Amino acid sequence: MAEVAPNARFDPEEAAATRRHFWSRFLVYAVLTLFAVVYLVPLLVVIFNSLREQSEIARNGLISVPRSFRFDAWAQAWGSYCVSGTCEGMKRNFFNSLAMTIPATIISTILGAMNGYILSKWRFRGSELIFNLMLLGVFMPGQISLMPWAFLLGKLGLTNSTYGLVLIHVVQGISFTTLFCRNFYVSIPDDLIKAARIDGAGFWRIFRKIILPLSPPILIVTVIWQFTGIWNEYLFGVVFTSGQQQPITAALVALTAGGTTARAYDVMSAAVLIGALPPLLIYLFGGKYFVRGLTQGAIK
Amino acid sequence: MSALMIRNLHKSYGSLEILAGINLEAKTGEFVALVGPSGCGKSTLLAMIAGLETVTSGEIWIGDRLVNSVRPKDRDIAMVFQSYALYPTMTVRQNITFGMESRGVPKAAQAEAVQRVAALLQIEQLLKRKPGQLSGGQRQRVAMGRALVRDPKLFLFDEPLSNLDAKLRVDMRTEIKKLHHRVGKTTVYVTHDQVEAMTLASRIAVMNQGSVQQFDTPKRIYDRPTNMFVAGFMGSPAMNFIPARLTGSTSISVRAADGSDASLALAAPMSAGAPKDVVLGIRPEHIYRFTTDLKSRKPAVASMQAPVELVEPTGAETLAVLRLGDLEITGRFEPDDAPVMGETITLGIDMSRACLFDPTTKALL
Repeated sequence: MAEVAPNARFDPEEAAATRRHFWSRFLVYAVLTLFAVVYLVPLLVVIFNSLREQSEIARNGLISVPRSFRFDAWAQAWGSYCVSGTCEGMKRNFFNSLAMTIPATIISTILGAMNGYILSKWRFRGSELIFNLMLLGVFMPGQISLMPWAFLLGKLGLTNSTYGLVLIHVVQGISFTTLFCRNFYVSIPDDLIKAARIDGAGFWRIFRKIILPLSPPILIVTVIWQFTGIWNEYLFGVVFTSGQQQPITAALVALTAGGTTARAYDVMSAAVLIGALPPLLIYLFGGKYFVRGLTQGAIK
Repeated sequence: MSALMIRNLHKSYGSLEILAGINLEAKTGEFVALVGPSGCGKSTLLAMIAGLETVTSGEIWIGDRLVNSVRPKDRDIAMVFQSYALYPTMTVRQNITFGMESRGVPKAAQAEAVQRVAALLQIEQLLKRKPGQLSGGQRQRVAMGRALVRDPKLFLFDEPLSNLDAKLRVDMRTEIKKLHHRVGKTTVYVTHDQVEAMTLASRIAVMNQGSVQQFDTPKRIYDRPTNMFVAGFMGSPAMNFIPARLTGSTSISVRAADGSDASLALAAPMSAGAPKDVVLGIRPEHIYRFTTDLKSRKPAVASMQAPVELVEPTGAETLAVLRLGDLEITGRFEPDDAPVMGETITLGIDMSRACLFDPTTKALL
């Protein structure tokens, strides 16, 4: 037997409330959609231009729907476009960026995890002070350290090399990775460490067997953060490397500045996209873990 | 020989003194409870026994070894934490074997030990689970299993039952008692729950403000508390404290509800040096409804009048709030014989169970 509503009369109050709710929702989504479009248009323009013919771009202007469709520009940008005399495209710079970003990300994440572990679970006299000093690095703009780095890289013989950039990004990144890991590890109960100490485990064994297995949420966060940050970094790349040693972000500038011929907007668009692809992919695949990891404690 | 001996132990953080000269000992196989309000230093004391906190001064002996600077893992102890501290990413089996692995015990011996402990605690069917998949009581058992598997000289429990709900707490309390009977290990058990301490321990150390107030058997602690703190802390509802005056070596007088003085005869004569003003301590269960039959059974009963302000039936017993001068005292009655609200009752106070305290030093007279 279906229940019969005892009072099925039209309720004008309720109808008005429903209407109000609908319109306020509509407004919110309309504004959000507008902003999403505004943000996406530049990306769309670049994607379109990377697929259009240069002649068509010249005819119809930079912002226009593609009327031709081809991947030539991508191939050129990757392997054969000439930048300041060498005709190898962005390929080499792309691998430079990988060779810089991957080790720097891994090393800075490991160091951050170690620091976080020590600063949260093995506190000593002055450890809070050290942590606060490291925090300062989070707020320090990179250009402040340009001169010291120039001096240091010169002394070490690491100018114009990927290793030099790796060193810079490891050191510059430790503040962030330490902050992330330390704040995450603080939420791991100290009793776990005490229990493990009574169980006979030492510093390293506790780190390996208890802390690290709990760490994936925060390690994903630091890896994503470091990877995108280091990959997209431009200043150090352009200052400390040149030509074939440059990471892709620095090389892109050379591309736009190079030559006296007409600008190849199609190739430039493709090159920019190649340069943007790895962080985009990382975000697409890891984004949800990123949000989850930032909001999650260690123990459910 | 004692399994644990603590001599004049001090702990301070800078100028803040946490423990002020603790002396304690546990005989082999004994169950010692450390009980006290939060902040009394009982958990710090346990952590120092475990080696998780450093010793400021004094000595800790486990067996015949001075362990002041011995590392936790070498002290031959096992500890159960309030939060259980099970390793969340390991299975129950791995949780139990972690310590043996750290110590390099051969695999075959490990498996055997796990089997023995799992059977003892009836957790065999849980061995493959992770702590997150266990109920509170099961986690508690696993935590005890992890401690038991070591076969240590000394067991340390840090408020192990306080995260459980009321019913489970009583069940686990019984299990801990049975377990202690079966394995017979020396145990130090920290709790803020005086009922736990009373039911489990062979001796109780009542702590307050960093020092041991009394260290004795549960019965002695309950019947002859050494001072007003111990008297008030142990027992629920708490002991009644009634200001009184010594009117002779064998009688005291207290102010009754109507303002008159009621004279109560003491069960034993007071010594000559006692102060004139005293505090009469009487537990709720030693207050009765006065009858001639009661007087013949308990000759030390003294009687006085008191109006009943409030009655609280709990089922097993009925608590009555009684007016006495300008203070309220609690009496504990049989439900069938309980007074009713508004009634003025003639109380029978069993003076043989009464304690007299010095109001200035708070010490038992």
